[in-house]
Amino acid sequence: MSVHADAAEPLLAVRGVTLQYKTKDHLVTATYRVGFDVHRSDRFILLGPSGCGKSTLLKAVGGYMKPVEGEIRLKGEAVTRPGPDRMMVFQEFDQLLPWRTVKENVMFPLRASGRLPRKAAEEKALEYIAKVNLSGFADSFPHTLSGGMKQRVAIARGMAMEPDILLMDEPFAALDALTRRKMQDELLALWEGTRFTVLFVTHSIPEAIKVGSRILLLSPHPGQVKAEMDSLPAGSHGADVSALEQRIHAMLFADAVEETRDDQARVHA
Amino acid sequence: MSRSAGMPLARPEIVREPVSSGAFGIVEKPLSTWERITNVGAVRKFALLVLLAVVWETYARALNNPLLFPTFSATVEAFFNGLFGGDLFTKALTSLRILLIGYGAGILCAGLLTVVAITSRIGTDLLELLTSMFNPLPAIALLPLALIWFGLGAGSIVFVIIHSVLWAVALNTHSGFLSVSNTLRMVGRNYGLRGLPYVARILIPAAFPSILTGLKIGWAFAWRTLIAAELVFGVSSGSGGLGWFIYENKNQLEIPNVFAGLFTVIVIGLIVENVVFRIVEARTVRKWGLQTA
Repeated sequence: MSVHADAAEPLLAVRGVTLQYKTKDHLVTATYRVGFDVHRSDRFILLGPSGCGKSTLLKAVGGYMKPVEGEIRLKGEAVTRPGPDRMMVFQEFDQLLPWRTVKENVMFPLRASGRLPRKAAEEKALEYIAKVNLSGFADSFPHTLSGGMKQRVAIARGMAMEPDILLMDEPFAALDALTRRKMQDELLALWEGTRFTVLFVTHSIPEAIKVGSRILLLSPHPGQVKAEMDSLPAGSHGADVSALEQRIHAMLFADAVEETRDDQARVHA
Repeated sequence: MSRSAGMPLARPEIVREPVSSGAFGIVEKPLSTWERITNVGAVRKFALLVLLAVVWETYARALNNPLLFPTFSATVEAFFNGLFGGDLFTKALTSLRILLIGYGAGILCAGLLTVVAITSRIGTDLLELLTSMFNPLPAIALLPLALIWFGLGAGSIVFVIIHSVLWAVALNTHSGFLSVSNTLRMVGRNYGLRGLPYVARILIPAAFPSILTGLKIGWAFAWRTLIAAELVFGVSSGSGGLGWFIYENKNQLEIPNVFAGLFTVIVIGLIVENVVFRIVEARTVRKWGLQTA
């Protein structure tokens, strides 16, 4: 019974969530009645063009904003405010505390949430810093690291907390293309080791296919679920990957033809 | 040579071997001793101080009027005489003690006010309103009122010092809090930090460059206010501070002593700015990369 129930009961349940936020003179609906389930050890991708509300959705799961409609449940409990059971990895490089070293940055949430005493927190921090290959930089301050290294520290910090779910908001978007590919490989290798659950936001179709195990496609203005599909297993052949890429591309941009027809005409002229 | 329109020109692939480092003149070379010495800020500043002292000495000697403008050497002599023979040291200590009490209390009040301001919108309004009302008000203008409320003595001076420190520090701290990046705020809340721990562990360190600027400005304001207040009513208090020392010696036409009093204020200012604040800066904002050079 319990095994069966585990399989049926999702870790994160998002049900009919409508999100709205206010700008200076508009009330914007970011997502409209979005629903999906994330199960344990999923690499769940929210994919869509800009304006589809994927980052807003992630913020809502993070507890930074309340849905106007619908509910978000983590292990059956409604999400009401931010907390260390849902660690976030942001896109920005300034997410590390500049006044703490790499090791202290990874230790800080463990200590601040009162989860571990100093000694144990230090050991755990060093363990995860080693996992992201930064052992040599444990005592460096963030401003001395490169962008890719900062993101690795942020990932180590998120993983060291061993959260129920890791929330990643386009964590590699600000990196150069070579570093980004390396980081994607590293993330997959880390996942092979610990099988953590991750909810990952991206606007890059190749990244979604590479990193994800399950992909949710969102349409823009406001964000609505377009499709939910399995990604390809790691190391799939180029032809399969590009076929899926084509398919996703066609689905995402099916509505946008009106906008692009002029451009196409100009290109072919 | 013709090619069809729109087709890129076919070019051969180019592969080169990098030149071995032996072919370069210099790849990395240590700086000369002179360059390294002039790279130290303290050395450059000290050289400037020596230059200023020389200018002072030359001008005063040319003027040759010790009553109006004593020489640098006469001032230094009066300074050391006052320090070891006279009562300059005790006067300076009296001033410093009151200064530190006022400065500390001012910072405490500023801290409370900004915490209130950061936690609620009405608190922000209150801070902005109070600052725009009282910041332009010279502390010394409150002295007559303070004298009535607290009487002659330390109480009144501490009150006006608090007034001069409070608004500068509160304004800078608040603007520092407001400029903390949104990512860092979200990171802090992600850890489950709220209320005072959130302010103490995220906002204060992140806003430290602004806070430090506020503390420096507050320190300078506190000194000015203190000396001015002592000049006004040091007259009737038995154990006056530096301001009273200056006033007393002016009355007795002991001009080198007046200069020695001013010199003491300058020396203390230099030490606090270039030693105390510099150490704090080196251990915090510079180490964290929040402020460069």
